Amino acid sequence: MHPAPSIIFFTVFSGLGFGMLAFLGLGKPDVSGFTAFVFFAIAYALAVGGLISSTFHLGNPQRALKAFSQWRTSWLSREGCLAVATLIVMGLYAIGIIFFNTRIGMLGLLGAALCVLTVLGTSMIYTQIKTVPRWHHWTTPLVFLSYALTGGAFLTGQVQITAAGLVTIGILQILAWVIGDKRFAASGSTIETATGLGTIGKTRMFEAPHSSKNYLMKEMVHVIGRKHARNLRIIGLVLLSLLPWALLMFFPFSHMLAVVAILAHVAGALTTRWLFFAEAEHTVGLYYGQRG
Amino acid sequence: MTNLPTHTDKKLGLVIDLDTCVGCHACVVSCKGWNTENYGAPLSDQNAYGKDPSGTFLNRVHSYEVQPETGAAQTIHFPKSCLHCEDAPCVTVCPTGASYKRVEDGIVLVNESDCIGCGLCAWACPYGARELDQAEGVMKKCTLCVDRIYNENLPEEDRQPACVRTCPAGARHFGDLGDENSDVSILVKERGGFDLMPEQGTKPVNKYLPPRPKDEQIDILAPLLEPIAAEPTGFLGWLDKTLEKL
Repeated sequence: MHPAPSIIFFTVFSGLGFGMLAFLGLGKPDVSGFTAFVFFAIAYALAVGGLISSTFHLGNPQRALKAFSQWRTSWLSREGCLAVATLIVMGLYAIGIIFFNTRIGMLGLLGAALCVLTVLGTSMIYTQIKTVPRWHHWTTPLVFLSYALTGGAFLTGQVQITAAGLVTIGILQILAWVIGDKRFAASGSTIETATGLGTIGKTRMFEAPHSSKNYLMKEMVHVIGRKHARNLRIIGLVLLSLLPWALLMFFPFSHMLAVVAILAHVAGALTTRWLFFAEAEHTVGLYYGQRG
Repeated sequence: MTNLPTHTDKKLGLVIDLDTCVGCHACVVSCKGWNTENYGAPLSDQNAYGKDPSGTFLNRVHSYEVQPETGAAQTIHFPKSCLHCEDAPCVTVCPTGASYKRVEDGIVLVNESDCIGCGLCAWACPYGARELDQAEGVMKKCTLCVDRIYNENLPEEDRQPACVRTCPAGARHFGDLGDENSDVSILVKERGGFDLMPEQGTKPVNKYLPPRPKDEQIDILAPLLEPIAAEPTGFLGWLDKTLEKL
């Protein structure tokens, strides 16, 4: 699949923002006044910035409001509704904390639960896509949730939770890669089932239907950069999990160190999310003699 | 609404004969010709006369080489367009309700004025049947020529999809696959029509007819075309030999 920057930024940064809001909703850290304002401002900038980024890949973004209507069947619609509900609930909660020095615990708890559901909604947009077997698996929601919650813990200064989260994220990411690498073969779709010509024999593409790349190939048969996947996985994993974990565990805590660790973590998250798209193979690639 | 109907009155669709298709791409051209000036936004081209021309098409013809266990490889031309699936995954993922499946005839359509061009339906389709128009930013797909098949302003013989009407080999058939006595249903039954990627669980309405076995039956006329006399005899034989000696 084409790793569109708008979608990579959307999933990574809105995940971080909602992860941060989840911890703020639970009163971690228990801040008020201007400090609380700064925390909420960062969280909202990330969450809303990510959501706005997601509209950059739309063909007709002026009609984006219509996307809130089909929550009965569409995970994209559900994600949109959940995101708005979360931002409203957390907004009211933030107003109480910032301006009235009152923390409404139940509202925060509801907001935190909505944050988790929103990230789950984002992950389900990809998980539901059966045509991309790598995504169509329970590891996808777990990976998305672990990214959002670990990043959220990181940005709200929850050192213990972050350290545990960084280990979890590493294990889940490796698990997702190991399982994901076998998913396409396990789906049973081949050029023979795609064309139905397997009953005659081994099939290969003889002539493509068009002479240069079309929308389908640009969007769903993305193979550029896949040869670097192995190296990028290692770089991504080190930046995402290993390096920040080591910085938190083995060095005396300082804010500068935390900033370096967070930047490494986010750079790692962007790298692995790029791979999440670039390595994903779509069944339509079979018609072009390429596995997505 | 992006809920799929539990039942459609008809299951209109295409039956494509891979035995007969000669890969001429006439269906591709006629499809583009009709659909660029009728239902919805035109099918745009990008850089049409440049180095990397591309454009929106609702129907495309691939060609494959199939190698049986024994014998010669076969070349098979393979037209592909929307299969109007009964369990269409492209419809349920749509966030705006622009994609829908019609209850009356099962045609899967896009209401372009509701489409935000997110592209999720194209991702959900296993077959690559949907293309996002790069000029209009809306999703385009085969409409089964909904603006021809019911169009009483057209002569009756033209009230079928443009691809079917134009196919010079008669490799494309249109009809109600929900009616087991329809011509297309009988054709599918007799020729062993099959689904594409049945493991995806989409239950496509369109069916493909397999190529017939090649090179198995010896042509019944062939023995009659054997050379009658290999070597000339008599006077002609003498003449032949004499001329060769000169």
